[in-house]
Amino acid sequence: MKVIVAIVKRHRVDDVIDELRKVPILGITTWEVLGFGAEPKEDVEIYRGHEYRLRLKPMELIMTAVTDDMVDNIMQTIRDYGNTGEISAGKIFVLDLVDIMRIRTGESGMAGLLVSEIELDQSQKPN
Amino acid sequence: MNVKFKFKHWSLVALAASVLFLPQAGFAADELNSGDTAWLIVATALVLMMSLPGLALFYGGLVRSVNVISVLMHVYAIACISSLIWLFLGYSLAFSDGGALNAVIGGFDNVFLASVTFDTLSGSIPESVFFMFQMTFAIITPALIAGAYVERIKFVHVVWFSGIWLLVVYVPVTHWIWGGGFLADLGVFDFAGGLVVHATAGVSSLVIVALLGKRRKFPHDLPPPHNPGLTVIGASLLWVGWFGFNAGSALVSDGSAGMAMLVTHISAATASLVWLFIEWWKFKKPSLIGTVTGTIAGLATVTPASGFIGPIGGFVCGLVGGVLCYLAVVLIREKIKLDDSLDVFAVHGVGGIAGTLLVAVFASASLGGVGLEDGILAQFIRQISGTVIVIVWSAIISVILVLALRATVGLRESARAEAEGLDYAVHGERSYNL
Repeated sequence: MKVIVAIVKRHRVDDVIDELRKVPILGITTWEVLGFGAEPKEDVEIYRGHEYRLRLKPMELIMTAVTDDMVDNIMQTIRDYGNTGEISAGKIFVLDLVDIMRIRTGESGMAGLLVSEIELDQSQKPN
Repeated sequence: MNVKFKFKHWSLVALAASVLFLPQAGFAADELNSGDTAWLIVATALVLMMSLPGLALFYGGLVRSVNVISVLMHVYAIACISSLIWLFLGYSLAFSDGGALNAVIGGFDNVFLASVTFDTLSGSIPESVFFMFQMTFAIITPALIAGAYVERIKFVHVVWFSGIWLLVVYVPVTHWIWGGGFLADLGVFDFAGGLVVHATAGVSSLVIVALLGKRRKFPHDLPPPHNPGLTVIGASLLWVGWFGFNAGSALVSDGSAGMAMLVTHISAATASLVWLFIEWWKFKKPSLIGTVTGTIAGLATVTPASGFIGPIGGFVCGLVGGVLCYLAVVLIREKIKLDDSLDVFAVHGVGGIAGTLLVAVFASASLGGVGLEDGILAQFIRQISGTVIVIVWSAIISVILVLALRATVGLRESARAEAEGLDYAVHGERSYNL
């Protein structure tokens, strides 16, 4: 099991989520975040003729948990739809996932949770 | 010169005393005019709306999200304090007869409105209405200065400074120009407060920020304005309220009030477009905050001239005010590096002074104005004299006042409170509990 944490431009996030909904995936959590990356210079905003340096850029953080075999697929989807082709388009991080607990039932330690959940989810979808 | 005294009627007492200024036309006798009275009551409400909430929102949107309450609080508290000081002492010193000292200050006849009853008239309106109308000016003038010292000043300093400043800067200048003092004798034109309101507030703003110091991270690492939408709501309320400010300053409901309203609007619209195009050309993007700042610049510029000038004058006030205020904004922050945080001097001070000088030209009948008695040059010299005197007075008295208060009640909040934001550090509240 892996956790995928992706940081993308805010204006790309809707397209990324729409695509991720089409693949079997347990769920997605997003945050609006601020950060800086490898871009060579800071952005500047101008209000009333005065410059304001933007130390941190507004980005969106997307988090999801997937089975190992899904990782490449998900990363490619995020790249396809999150890429602006410009500097500061974002990053994708992949982390090992140790455990999951479902709050409603208290089930945990279930390596197969993701799979069973996804299967259940798929079976309930109207065709 | 007749024209001038048609609209600035002060109290009966002052009228009786200053024979020189008795109106020779317009008001044969003091008789209540219900049309004038109705308009002035409405105008009073409009001018109060400029401060609450207009100016408060205009300023509130431009600061960090952790300082909104402190800015709203400054304007609100100043409104209440100024109202009482106006009743206790300010109105009397500004608008009653000062006897031997009348050239420089009024007297004590109307302390607590001692000689005002239900039936007392000031010109063709009840004196109670005149008092209230002038009170709203006494509110907005110290409130304008609030834009200079935001995000770092001690609240106690705001309270003391605003109250005392009203009495030692605003009240004397008001008396000199509108209360029959020596600048009225001189023949200085200031229809609605280019000098009385905008120059005094603008100059005192520069003084206080020079002594107060810059905000941390000034100039380029400041966070940007937290809510331009609030600023636009505030600017829009100011624009509408300014009709009461300028057209109300006619103190009657007639053609001069109508023309004052017209030129006010034309100047505001013109200066807004001037800023919009300057920023569009210079930064490649037409910005909203720049545009509404232009609105205020145009309104401040036309203020002293409204009532004396025609539509051409209004248009030129907007053009000149827009360009000059834009240049001043850049000059003061980028070159002089004074943290007049919300550009009070650059917008209000420069606008008010520019309009005070422009009126000498555009009051000329050939340019659509009311006409000048002895030509443009003579009036221009009078306008410059009045401007210099008001600037010097505002600056000197403000320096003394701020230094005295710094030594007693303090001036600047702690670095920690400034970093945390004054909303919670000083007032214990947060603007956005999301």
